[in-house]
Amino acid sequence: MKNNFTREHLLFLRRQRVRKTLIHVTQVGVLLLLLGVWELAALLGWIDSFITSSPSRIWKTLVELIADGTLWKHLWVSTWETLAGFAIGTGLGYAVAVVLWWNDFLKEVFEPYIVVLNSLPKIALGPIIIIWAGTGKASIVTMAVLISVVITTITILNGFLETDKDKELLLRSMGANRLQIFVKLVAPANVPTLLATLKINVGMAWIGSIMGEYLASKEGLGYLIVYGKQVFRLDLVMTCTVVLCALAGLMYALVSLLEKAVVKKY
Amino acid sequence: MKVLEMKDVGKVFYTKTQETQAVSHLSFDVNDGEFVSIIGPSGCGKTTVLSLVCKLLAPTSGQVVLNGNSRVGYMLQRDHLFEWRTIEKNVQLGLEIMHKLTPENKEYANGLLKKYGLWEFRKHYPSELSGGMRQRTALIRTLATNPDLLLLDEPFSALDFQTRLTVCDDVYDIIKKEKKTALLVTHDISEAISLSDRIIVLSARPATVVAVHEPHLSDIPSPLKRRESSDFAKQFELLHGYLHGDKS
Ligand SMILES: Nc1ncnc2c1ncn2[C@@H]1O[C@H](COP(=O)(O)OP(=O)(O)OP(=O)(O)O)[C@@H](O)[C@H]1O
Ligand SMILES: [Mg+2]
Repeated sequence: MKNNFTREHLLFLRRQRVRKTLIHVTQVGVLLLLLGVWELAALLGWIDSFITSSPSRIWKTLVELIADGTLWKHLWVSTWETLAGFAIGTGLGYAVAVVLWWNDFLKEVFEPYIVVLNSLPKIALGPIIIIWAGTGKASIVTMAVLISVVITTITILNGFLETDKDKELLLRSMGANRLQIFVKLVAPANVPTLLATLKINVGMAWIGSIMGEYLASKEGLGYLIVYGKQVFRLDLVMTCTVVLCALAGLMYALVSLLEKAVVKKY
Repeated sequence: MKVLEMKDVGKVFYTKTQETQAVSHLSFDVNDGEFVSIIGPSGCGKTTVLSLVCKLLAPTSGQVVLNGNSRVGYMLQRDHLFEWRTIEKNVQLGLEIMHKLTPENKEYANGLLKKYGLWEFRKHYPSELSGGMRQRTALIRTLATNPDLLLLDEPFSALDFQTRLTVCDDVYDIIKKEKKTALLVTHDISEAISLSDRIIVLSARPATVVAVHEPHLSDIPSPLKRRESSDFAKQFELLHGYLHGDKS
């Protein structure tokens, strides 16, 4: 099948490939240009690199942070918190969605609560969380969970409720009970919804953990950023931000890979 | 032997704003081995009748009697194959639900796949099959649980006209070979004449029996050929008349 392409088809594929490469090259180009202009501006004194930092200073800071082990320590703490928040938030949100799908009565009872919780800026709960869960990792993970859990429930529940009613009818005509309808139909039909939610939650969990670290913490990238700001070391702030970008991007890419592997069938 | 008896069945739906009488004083029987069609104007309550037969709905009045422990298999308008299951697994769905996925039953399901030309496609996903093959898979899924009575709710209406004729022939052939009793709902008069031993004509809502017609075409084996029969047009006229209220 693969080698029977017509000449026109091959040409078409070639054009697609060239376009794709061009996009990647341009993407890297934009980044290099940005870094170049930034570096140059700092070098020529157009901007005050004490306030704006510069790529070379970021690089230097990064090397230092790696050398003395500071980076790994904080990076590990933040990653751990984020992963925990991500897993607990997604799992809990999914579980709640299952319960609300299962029981119409509960769904209708809790609908307004969920709407309110969803529109509430979770950071407003920060002080309460700190008082209840302390200033350690627990409260930061709680923050990450809070931010991802409600949106997970809403998205997943919507997916559940939109599952084809006729397919459900088919299963019921075969004598299926609620559990079987869930296991055989609703859950597999919503694997794409779950994967989409995972993607959203990568971002949500990072927001939660970094916000948590801003509020109260002794370690983590969010802590380093706040610390850098307090002692006015913009190099440190910028470096941590860059590392954060890279980490979040990496996690997102991993979820995308998972999606590619799984979603084909669904 | 009667497989199904509908005795003066009525069904009322209640919603917030209104009360809908969908079926009223409906009585008819289906005998073992028969192919019975129900035709009626759209929205008259045909689907409701099938839901009553397979006990997805309870009648408001009257009785739905299934002979002994007759089991019912329901085939819906669209094939409703599960895209994430292979053809083989789709066919086994009913057996899984009924906790009857024994080696013998699996063998029976596989036998159906072999007999009806889907064996090579058993590892494929539904999206890789044509509309007709998908419909055949849906039928085999229904047959795999070995039901005594097949309910078919406009099973061909999602197909284009040409495919529809051949798939219709195909499905009829399978149902006859497997010696099943079938109750088909359709709004297509020609389809009803070409497939059935008996046709039950329903009135507009609330559905009740207006007329019962027997096409007497069973000496012609293929539904497609029956359409060419000499009194096909006359029968069509007659049923069309029943449906549109002029009983002359
Ligand atoms: N669950 C329900 N709740 C309320 N009303 C219903 C329900 N199911 C069906 N009805 C109503 O009962 C009537 C008959 O519906 P039904 O689906 O049985 O008709 P039908 O003959 O199958 O229609 P069609 O030709 O469109 O397939 C319709 O007026 C419909 O609105
Ligand atoms: Mg209908």
